[in-house]
Amino acid sequence: MSSRLQTQARPDSLLINMGPSHPAMHGAVRIMLELDGERILNSEVEVGYLHRGFEKTCENRTYFNLLIYTDRLNYVSPLINNVGYVMTVEKLLGLNIPERAQYIRVLMSELSRISDHLTCLAAMAMECGAFTVFLYNMKAREFLWDVIEATTGARMTTSYIRIGGVRADLQADYEAAVQKGLAETRKVLKDVHGLLDKNKIFLNRTRDIGVMSPENALSYGWTGPALRSTGIAYDVRKAHPYLFYDRMNFDIPTGERGDNFDRYMVRMREMEQSLRIVEQCLAQIPKAERGLMVDGMEPAEAIRAARTQKPDRPIKLSPNLEGSEKAVTKDILADDRRVTIPPKEETYTSIEGLISHFKFFMKGHGIRPPKGEAYLSVEGGNGELGYYIVSDGTDRPYRLHLRAPCLPLLAALEDLIKGRMLADIIPTFGSMNIILGELDR
Amino acid sequence: MQGNFITTRLNAMLGWGRKYSLFHYPYVTACCGMEYMSAACAHFDIDRFGAGWTRFSPRQSDLLLVIGTISQKQAPVLRTVYDQMTEPKWVIAFGACAVSGGIYDNYAVVQGVDQVIPVDIFIPGCPPRPEMVLDGLLKLQDKIQKTKQDWRWKKQQS
Repeated sequence: MSSRLQTQARPDSLLINMGPSHPAMHGAVRIMLELDGERILNSEVEVGYLHRGFEKTCENRTYFNLLIYTDRLNYVSPLINNVGYVMTVEKLLGLNIPERAQYIRVLMSELSRISDHLTCLAAMAMECGAFTVFLYNMKAREFLWDVIEATTGARMTTSYIRIGGVRADLQADYEAAVQKGLAETRKVLKDVHGLLDKNKIFLNRTRDIGVMSPENALSYGWTGPALRSTGIAYDVRKAHPYLFYDRMNFDIPTGERGDNFDRYMVRMREMEQSLRIVEQCLAQIPKAERGLMVDGMEPAEAIRAARTQKPDRPIKLSPNLEGSEKAVTKDILADDRRVTIPPKEETYTSIEGLISHFKFFMKGHGIRPPKGEAYLSVEGGNGELGYYIVSDGTDRPYRLHLRAPCLPLLAALEDLIKGRMLADIIPTFGSMNIILGELDR
Repeated sequence: MQGNFITTRLNAMLGWGRKYSLFHYPYVTACCGMEYMSAACAHFDIDRFGAGWTRFSPRQSDLLLVIGTISQKQAPVLRTVYDQMTEPKWVIAFGACAVSGGIYDNYAVVQGVDQVIPVDIFIPGCPPRPEMVLDGLLKLQDKIQKTKQDWRWKKQQS
């Protein structure tokens, strides 16, 4: 038991633990409560149960290698984390990104955002007892993940957004797949609106519970859907446009009361806006001026052929993601050998390609941003996700700090539940979408 | 001979009953929880294999799924949960972090939950795909079927 709560507790009150192993505490938050009957007199939130040493680990990883750790920060929307990190390093390097890659980043960010909100609302609704919503939302998420998987090769922890661009081009029939995902998501959103919006049980547990005023929200440092639910239309995508968000046409949904229901509603409406952005992306992405690779050469065969002359056919890699070939790389990766891996056919068939490949991965070489520091934030699933990187000119960051949007949200939880009933913790906590991976790091 | 026959059949029957009625306790801490949700929901549907009943109470569950990174701070909690479960009980380490600490080889993370509790099945992957989870579950069911069942409700000597 905590010392503060224990020493200050009233003698007739009840002290209990909620978490860390509790189905609604997302695995690893502990809330210590002082109760009078079912009313919460005082509470203390303890975090740190998922501390994985992210920031310290990053100091010992090269800029390229630490990308995989960013996947696992906000594990509900890994691609946005990648975008944030990668763009900060690009800011340090002063790098320009091909147009197609930027569109792919926007597309992937928005798909991730939708799946983030879907997961958050699924968990929140399930914890309030609406299991159907959980199943429906997960179903929609699977369709979106199918698109992500077909393009990136992984379902969740993709490490797809690379410094200088993206890892691979969109899969051949991505448009149809995305359209299918959007249609399924729209259907699910309609169903969820029908199930929850006027549901008496849901309303009783969310309306006017966990109310946050705009002033308090700002002073706590809230961002994202939680801040917008209080009525402040702050969105990093509009306030400081990055990538091609200034070319997209979308609204920022806001709430009025800042209670749990508004947080739910803002997320629901934000998903609709994200769907709009995805559609605009599909329409705007420049068409690739090349046919798909139909016939190629296995790497071993190519190396043999390269001993006497340069092979004319492209190299086929297995598993073959679009994007290892020279023809594709120029569309999706910056043309800068200091920061990008050379296309695979060069690595396998020419000595220059092989050397630049080695130099990229050798200790002390690789990506070495100039001395300096950079901060850049993107709109994550929960709010402003910022990376602060200090470079000392070597291939590892001197310091990397993450501004996690969850931490200010959780900091306000004690205030929001004070004086409320025990059961009010569940929807209040659920509507904040606390992701421990980025909170505890 | 006949007595032996009945014992063997009873053993097989108990194994059959136990393997298809696993009540699991998902001890979700991190990323792998997302894939657990996928495995439990409609597309992959863990319910097809008799493990659909999620119990968030250690006393009523017989399969502990350790899903995600277990930090040093979390380890005592996990141990408590395991101790609270009643026999017979099984443990699946779900994902690279639970199996070996995964990519987090540092001061904060327990390098594999088998340092804290005994583990029956290890499912690698960061995170494992739902298909792998189902495969792991089937392997555990095989294991349950093949072990000698403790049908006299006596505590196992281990």
